[in-house]
Parts: sequence; C-alpha cells; structure tokens
Amino acid sequence: MRQWAKTLEIRSSPHIASGKSVDDIMLNVVLALLPVTGFAIYAFGLAALITLTAAVVSCLVTEHVLCRLTGRNSSVGDWSVVVTGLLYGLTLPPGLAIWMVVVGGIMAVGLGKFLFGGLGYNPFNPALVGRAMLQAAFPVAMTTWPAMPVDKFTQVPSSTLAWPFTEPVYDSISGATPLAGWKFDRVMTEPADLLMGYVSGSTGETCALLILLGGVYLAMRKMMSWRIPTAILLTVAICSGLLQLNDPTKYAGPLFMLFSGGLMLGAVFMATDMVASPMTHLGSVLYGILIGLLVVVIRVWGGMPEGVMYAILLSNAVSPHIDNWIQPRVYGTKKRGQTP
Amino acid sequence: MNLFGTKTFAHGIHPPESKDDTSGLPIRQFPFAPSLVVPLSQHIGKPAIAVVREGQEVTRGQCIAKPDGFISVAMHAPASGTVRRIGLTPSITGKMVPGIFIEPFPASTQEILEGTACDASTADTQEIVAAVQQSGVVGLGGAGFPTHAKLQIPEGKFVDILVINGAECEPFLTTDHRVMLEHAEDVMAGIPYLMKATGASKTIIAVEANKPDAAETLRAAIPQDLEIEVEVLPVKYPQGAEKLLISALLGREIPSGGLPLDVHTLCVNVGTTAEIGQLLPHGKGIQERVITIGGPAVKNKGNYRIQIGTPLRFVLETVGVEEDITRVFLGGPMMGQAVSSMDIPITKGTTGVIAFSARETGFLDGHKQYPCIRCGYCLEACPIFLNPSQLGLLAEQDQHERMVDDFHLMDCFECGCCTFVCPSHIPLVQQFRIAKAAVRRMKAPV
Repeated sequence: MRQWAKTLEIRSSPHIASGKSVDDIMLNVVLALLPVTGFAIYAFGLAALITLTAAVVSCLVTEHVLCRLTGRNSSVGDWSVVVTGLLYGLTLPPGLAIWMVVVGGIMAVGLGKFLFGGLGYNPFNPALVGRAMLQAAFPVAMTTWPAMPVDKFTQVPSSTLAWPFTEPVYDSISGATPLAGWKFDRVMTEPADLLMGYVSGSTGETCALLILLGGVYLAMRKMMSWRIPTAILLTVAICSGLLQLNDPTKYAGPLFMLFSGGLMLGAVFMATDMVASPMTHLGSVLYGILIGLLVVVIRVWGGMPEGVMYAILLSNAVSPHIDNWIQPRVYGTKKRGQTP
Repeated sequence: MNLFGTKTFAHGIHPPESKDDTSGLPIRQFPFAPSLVVPLSQHIGKPAIAVVREGQEVTRGQCIAKPDGFISVAMHAPASGTVRRIGLTPSITGKMVPGIFIEPFPASTQEILEGTACDASTADTQEIVAAVQQSGVVGLGGAGFPTHAKLQIPEGKFVDILVINGAECEPFLTTDHRVMLEHAEDVMAGIPYLMKATGASKTIIAVEANKPDAAETLRAAIPQDLEIEVEVLPVKYPQGAEKLLISALLGREIPSGGLPLDVHTLCVNVGTTAEIGQLLPHGKGIQERVITIGGPAVKNKGNYRIQIGTPLRFVLETVGVEEDITRVFLGGPMMGQAVSSMDIPITKGTTGVIAFSARETGFLDGHKQYPCIRCGYCLEACPIFLNPSQLGLLAEQDQHERMVDDFHLMDCFECGCCTFVCPSHIPLVQQFRIAKAAVRRMKAPV
C-alpha cells in the first residue's frame, strides 16, 4: 500500500466543479442562433448561405492564422470565434459581395478581438466591429438590399460574386428596409410582418420571433443575462411610446420600433456579449437603458435609419466604467464598493 | 433574507449533494489502530503542553496535555496504553507538529476515565467555561476554534439567541446528520450548558431540508423547560458558514471583520453541542469523534466513531480503497484539505475522509483554463457579494493592496463557490488564499 503516496495529487479546494465551461457556453450560443440562421437561409436562399459561410470561415481562418503567427495554441476549438463569425454574418445584407464579407471577417477577429488579446479581452463586440468597418468602408453596399432571384436556392444575385476590389453591380433592388422606409418615405410596415420576418433587411435580423426564442433558451440555461435585452427593449418601447403620444404622425410606435431593424438581434445576441457588457445586475440594467436610449436617439434624430450597432458599440465602451462604478455591496459593509 | 416564505441567504451554489451513500448508515465504532498520535495542536491558539513522559502508561480519557493559556484546550488519551514517544508527526498542513505517540494495550477493556462532573443546573458560567476547556472540545465542524473561548462573553456584550449549526452543507459529509439522528438527546443535554454560559434565552437549531428525519428527531427530543426551535432551511452551499446561517435565520448581518457576538448571537456546531452534552455530565475528555468516510474510491463507506490520533493510513486500510486513488481530502470537497501524507492522524477537526480514484478525476478538475470572459457567474455565486472576477484579475498582477482596500479581500472566507462555478476554470479562491497569506505576512510584526 506504500505506493499510494506516489499517486496522490495535492490540490487546494474546492475539489469539485460545476462542469460548465467556456466552450460549453459558446456552443450553446451557436445552438441558439441556429433557428435564426435557418430562417435566414430559408428567406434569402443561397445568397444568405454564402454570406454566412464566408463570414464564419473568414473569422475562423483569421483566428487560426493569427494564433499560429503569434505562437499561441489555436483557439478556434472554443467555439467563441464561430459565435463571432455567425453573428457577424447575420448582420450583413444578403447578396453582399463575398470579398467584402471576408474583409469584414478579418477585421472583426483581427481588429475587434485579437489585437486586444483574444478571448476575454475584447472591449467591443467583435462581430459589430467587423460590421462597423464595412459600414464605414462600403456604405453603399451595406445599405443596398438586392432583390433575390426567383430561384433563390440555386441562384445568387450578381452582387454576391463581384470580383475582389470591384464595386458590385446590382441586377435589381428590393424594397427599402422597414426602418429606411419609415425614415425617408414615412411608409409603415405591419408589426406582424416584422415579427414573422417577411421584410427585407440583413440576413439574420428579420425574424424577431426566432431571435427571441434563442434568447429565451440561453436565458433559461443561464448563459445570457436576461436583464440586458429586457432593459433595452423596455427602454425603446417606453421612449418610442412617449414620442408617439406626443406626435403620432412624426414618430413610429413601440411595436414598430421593437421589431424592426437589428434591434432584436442586437439586444438579444450582440449587447449580451459577456466580455463587453457589465457584470453586476444593476450595471447590466444601466447598460441596457443606455443602449435603448441611444437606439431611439439615433433612429429618431440621427441621419441614419438604423442605430443599434453604434448604440451597442458606444455602450461597450462605457461598460468598463459602469463596472468600476457599480460594485456589489459586500456582506457586512455599508456602501457599494467602498471600504467601511 | 426571507424569500417565498423560506429562510436562506442570497447567492450561493448547488453542488451535487452526494450524501445518499452514507446518510442512511448508522454510526459504527472504528477499531483501535496499533499506534495513535495525538498532535498537541488540533485547535486555533497555543498548542497544549504535554503532561506525560515517554514510557508512561496512560488510561483512556486521561488528560495527557494541559491547555497553555486561555485560547488552548486539553488533550486526552484516546486509548489505554503506553506513551511510546513525544515527537514530531506530519500534519494536514504539511508541517511537522509535536504529538504524543500512544501504543494501545492489545487486551484492554478501553473503559473511559471519568473526572469531575459538571451539572448544567448548578454550575455557573465560569465553571462551565473551565469544564469545556478541560474537556478539550473545539469546533468539530472543522474550524477547530476552542469552544470555551466563544462561551466567555466579554464585558459589555450579550447573547440573546444561540444558533446550533446542523446545516452540514458540504457534499458527502453526513456526520452531523447521523449525530442529530442518533444523539438528539446529547444535543439537548449540551444546549443548557451553552445557554447558561452565554446567557442566551432562546436556541435555534438549523437543519437543511435534505435531513427532514434529523429535524423530526430533534423536534421530538426538545425538553419542556427550554426554548428551542428547529428551523429547516433550503439546501444551499455554504449555508453552514456561521455568518450566512445567522443572516438566514435572524436577518442579522455581522459587520465586516466582526463576530456573531456583535449581533448578539453565538453559533455552535451541532456535533460540538452533542459532545458537550455527552462529556460534561461525566467530566470526560474528548477522545473520539464521528467521521464520514466516503467518496467513490472507498469500499466500505460509512459514518464511524474514530479515536482521535488514528493514522489516516490505518483508516483507509480498514475501510478498503481502490488501488489507484489520486486524491484524498479531509473534510468535504468544497473546503476540505487534500492530503499529502498517509501518516497524518485524525484530529478533532476532521469531519470526513473522502477519496477519489483516477477514474473519477474528470468530476474533479483538470479542465482547460480559459481567460476570464466576465460572465459574472462568480459574482452571482459569492455568498458575501465580493467581485471574484475583479479580485482574480488583480491577483494575477499581485495587486494585493487594491484587493484588500477596494475589493474586501480579507472578508473572503474561502468557501470556493467562485472556483466551482467559473466556466474558465480559473483557480480564483486558490489565488485569494495566496493573496491573503501574503497580506497577513506583510502586516505581521517583524
């Protein structure tokens, strides 16, 4: 029995763990995004499939190459970069030129994530960084919504296949997005259509119902802060409701505001990026309110029809300050975050 | 905190309870080891002073070491036998500590020597405090703080409610459960001593909801003339931490750095109470205790009454363990200490011996570590509302001063909830232990 001592491991307690791990959480986010992804492909056909695939693959390859170049172990196995790629792809208009998707994907991972130190260190949501880069570089392509070919599951719009570094050519253009329609032409879309996704828009933002479904799944598995989307959506609903009461002809109502554009996808999947959002409950609520306010301000008074992306990126920047400011009140002490 | 009509504390975790293997097994007497080692320090405070010589014959229950000062307790011979040696023995901390080696007589009745009885109805506070100190009783829940020192209420303070801690929130451990079931009358016999010494007018026995039979047995055993309540709390770890238990039961929050005494309460482990109720009426000293031996690698799991000083090797050989055990710890899996030597003895503070084999280590750890993703799980787990994530980042940069001044490091009582829930598998509580030790060293007078 003497050999016992040789096999003994000495570790400091606790000796058991919950079994949850980072890759587990990330994989569940991917699972929660699958219905949205499926609907995107159903609604936009081959074009969406190509956009999403290009987005995910470009992010994965960028991560892998950068890891190798800097002499680290490749971190593509932890699913976090798949989440980034998928979210990034879902924010893009279907029919965006493949080369543009790839450029944005490289930016999302390289600039949005890797430059800051990789997983856990990104101050901004990497997917939105990629999209913001594209919005700045290709404003026309990012706000043009090509009409899908009649046979959308076998054919793609010609813009998708544009030669690298050339302007895509559009055969035909679909109707404006509901938000642009309202902003520039005062055309209202039925909220029921928004909920079911029968409108034009980015690949993954059109079906609010499926986005909410994924969010509920994650919140129930405690892998997403339900406080953030709730705070965002409530803020947007209340603000737009008040504005509409003020002047119904000038301001759109809460239902339209909630279910149009990228708000649902942004509130549920983008703003809740654990790394770039506050950790405390109160901090999460404040962060959500800030995003909601910014969304309303940009949509109503800004020059652009849509403001979710910038609202989230700006709030990401504020998040560390919220965390510094709001600390939990420690047991047995008087004030939040202060020594007695 | 009283949510939905059940008393508990905020935050905390729900680790697998793993108590079913042993909770139904009655306490059994463990055989005497061929050699016993009684360390002179099994408690917080000064080590006891040996009052026997090498070669001397001692009787079971005889005092073999006397307390050195007030924060110290007596030691008693766990068996009738011969003192073979007084020298160094390995301990759970890894240090060598002085101990008394006793070789039991092979054919002795091992009857326990009795001393001066202490009657709860006639003794005054000082007599009870002295009797508890002489009995050698320390916190049997694992803390090992001399119980009599808690009973000595300083001038100007008072206690109105006595809390008896039968929560036993650590997974695997079932000793308190069995003691409450089988020795309810001893618990009830011990309470008058504690109430009289502290002046408490009411006693609450706290039991977690996974031990309904223990709560029933205790309720049935409550004597007419004492105000005792049994309170059943929902199962949650670390409910048995005295600060949280007092908050859960009474809604009183102990100030940072303070004691339960500051909110007029005193918390005593149920096993300690039972021991006092058993020993004091006969003037006996503590020479054995109930220990859960469990874990997947143990063959004859159970709750055993084991002589203090029994070497761990003898314990494991007697119950039988798998050949490939990789980890043995004393106490539960959340706060228990891993064992580095099989020659350490069972002490007064040992609540359990848990063994795992190589096949089970997946359950333990060895997972890949990721950077902190700021998920906030640790903030939601920490029962005293620390920010373990922030503390962990600061610990990596050795910013101990900020950890103490801005993030209340010294309030951490190392329950391990943060490490348990961390999906990045960051050894948070382990880092805090290192940081706390470093801070204490810096503050210690040179």
